[in-house]
Amino acid sequence: MAYDGLIQQLIDELGRLPGIGPKSAQRIAFHIVQDPHYDPKPLGDILDRIRDVVRFCTICGNVTEQETCAICRDPRRDHRTICVVEEPKDVAAIERTREYRGLYHVLGGALSPINGIGPEQLHIPALLKRLSDPNVTEIIIATDPNVEGEATATYLSRQLSVYDLTVTRLASGLPVGGDLEYADEVTLGRAFQGRRNLGT
Amino acid sequence: MHIRFLEVRDFRNYVHARVELTPGVVVLTGPNGQGKTNLLEAARYLSVYSSHRVSGDRPLVRAGCERALIRAEVLHGDRHLRLDCVIAREGANRVRLGGTPRRVGELIGAFATVLFAPEDLSLIHDGPAVRRNFLDGILIERRPGLAEVIRGYDRVLRQRNSLLRSARANHIPQSQLQSIASWDTQLAEFGAELEQERWLLTRALVVPLAEAYRGISGTDDQAIPRLRSVLIPDDLSEHPTIETIRERFLRALEEGLETDLQRGTTGVGPHRDELDLLLSGLVAREYASHGESWSLALALRLAAATVLRESSPAGDPVLMLDDVFAELDAARRERLAALISSYEQVLITAAIPEDLPEFHRPVQQVHILAGQVVDAAAGAPAAADGAAAGEPPEGSDPHHPVPPADVEAR
Repeated sequence: MAYDGLIQQLIDELGRLPGIGPKSAQRIAFHIVQDPHYDPKPLGDILDRIRDVVRFCTICGNVTEQETCAICRDPRRDHRTICVVEEPKDVAAIERTREYRGLYHVLGGALSPINGIGPEQLHIPALLKRLSDPNVTEIIIATDPNVEGEATATYLSRQLSVYDLTVTRLASGLPVGGDLEYADEVTLGRAFQGRRNLGT
Repeated sequence: MHIRFLEVRDFRNYVHARVELTPGVVVLTGPNGQGKTNLLEAARYLSVYSSHRVSGDRPLVRAGCERALIRAEVLHGDRHLRLDCVIAREGANRVRLGGTPRRVGELIGAFATVLFAPEDLSLIHDGPAVRRNFLDGILIERRPGLAEVIRGYDRVLRQRNSLLRSARANHIPQSQLQSIASWDTQLAEFGAELEQERWLLTRALVVPLAEAYRGISGTDDQAIPRLRSVLIPDDLSEHPTIETIRERFLRALEEGLETDLQRGTTGVGPHRDELDLLLSGLVAREYASHGESWSLALALRLAAATVLRESSPAGDPVLMLDDVFAELDAARRERLAALISSYEQVLITAAIPEDLPEFHRPVQQVHILAGQVVDAAAGAPAAADGAAAGEPPEGSDPHHPVPPADVEAR
């Protein structure tokens, strides 16, 4: 099904975005065109400016509108610890927990040869450069707990083994509020491996 | 366990059909192309959530319909499993247990079945992949969590092979391929667990397979399964532990890296396993006659049923025999009938009732014509010899006589 002119162009453009299939693209396009309560102007303005305004922190690779991001600039953060994540959205996720007060490093993905991503495509040299700062004492690897994230964590831990640092991996295991009975075996197995001493 | 009723809607050639089934032998009869196998396929789908005849789900949805429905109630002991599944032509399928939505992965293993089909001959004659799948299928039914391990293994293997191929294409020397080690660690982790499970299962199959083969073939020939893998040590004075296998695997990966780089693919691992089936010491794939191959294929399925029966807290798997008797001579038919008749429920399709042997227990006949269940009398005589219906089989409830099939005609 094809429409004439601009509306089809809009559908095509929306359809190029990740997570938007042909049906969603069509629905969004007609919403933009038809809904009397919807003003598309703000979205247009933002799209127009966004690429000029948003950039990536020269230290950690997180999104920012300045040379460096708010976290890297914040003197109250613990500059001894760096948490390594795959994407800026992971920074946002960890920040929401308010559990972590250190710094971040965004790799820009995970190792995945199928998608043509090797170590060269990740921001690893920038991370190693940051380690020349003697204040840094701990690296927390917080890549995703899937096959690609694990491979990335293993690769990083080998690279980091030459430094005098504490390298930790985020624990993976049982979801809080979950039911042991319904946990899949791999998760349960990991939870066993990552069990901790309750102390006496 | 046994199926108490099975209902399908817009499945294959069925608009709607519902049939009540009894424990014991159930024979689905009717001319070819009427829907006997389709009904069996539907019942099997609720066990493994894929079809034994097609790789995708699309052909299962009746032409012109958006979705198909399969429902069944499975009984084991006092437990009732109400399973239903909506197969969508487009998008995701939906499965429910007792009306509650579940993930497919949670339901595999809940309803255990063993299917015998004419295609089983490929178990003997085709390449190693079908025999690996045979083992893995039983493993997953026994321990559903292994599906996750197998998926993980396949995923890591694809990533590693992809890395090997791109390194080969870009002439990256072995010395610069540091990231390969990060994949090897995981490959060995998943692989060692899978390998050990396959080894243990092969061992568990030894006695049941030999017995089943002797039973079906009527000979004293020895049928022996042997898992061939470089990861399993030759000296089996002790069980290979996961750690032993993992270390062997890592060493083999390291030693094979140069070859792997040249070929652009991983040369060792569970994905290269072969399950040899030996008949009197000779590999069946190469030496077995047609008759021997058939007996061996059936014996493999029977051995799988024995293993599932022994390991399942849920009781006997439901056996399903799709057009199998027609392929066998009279003597093998009789012997196979004797071997399966101790199972709680056995579903059999047959185009020609005369092909069926005497089962020596009550048989429910379900007659199928043009995508409709036209008659489902319980306890009717089995073969054409007109033997009288026996007592209800053990485990059936005399207070719930089986009502006639509810047929909805178009």
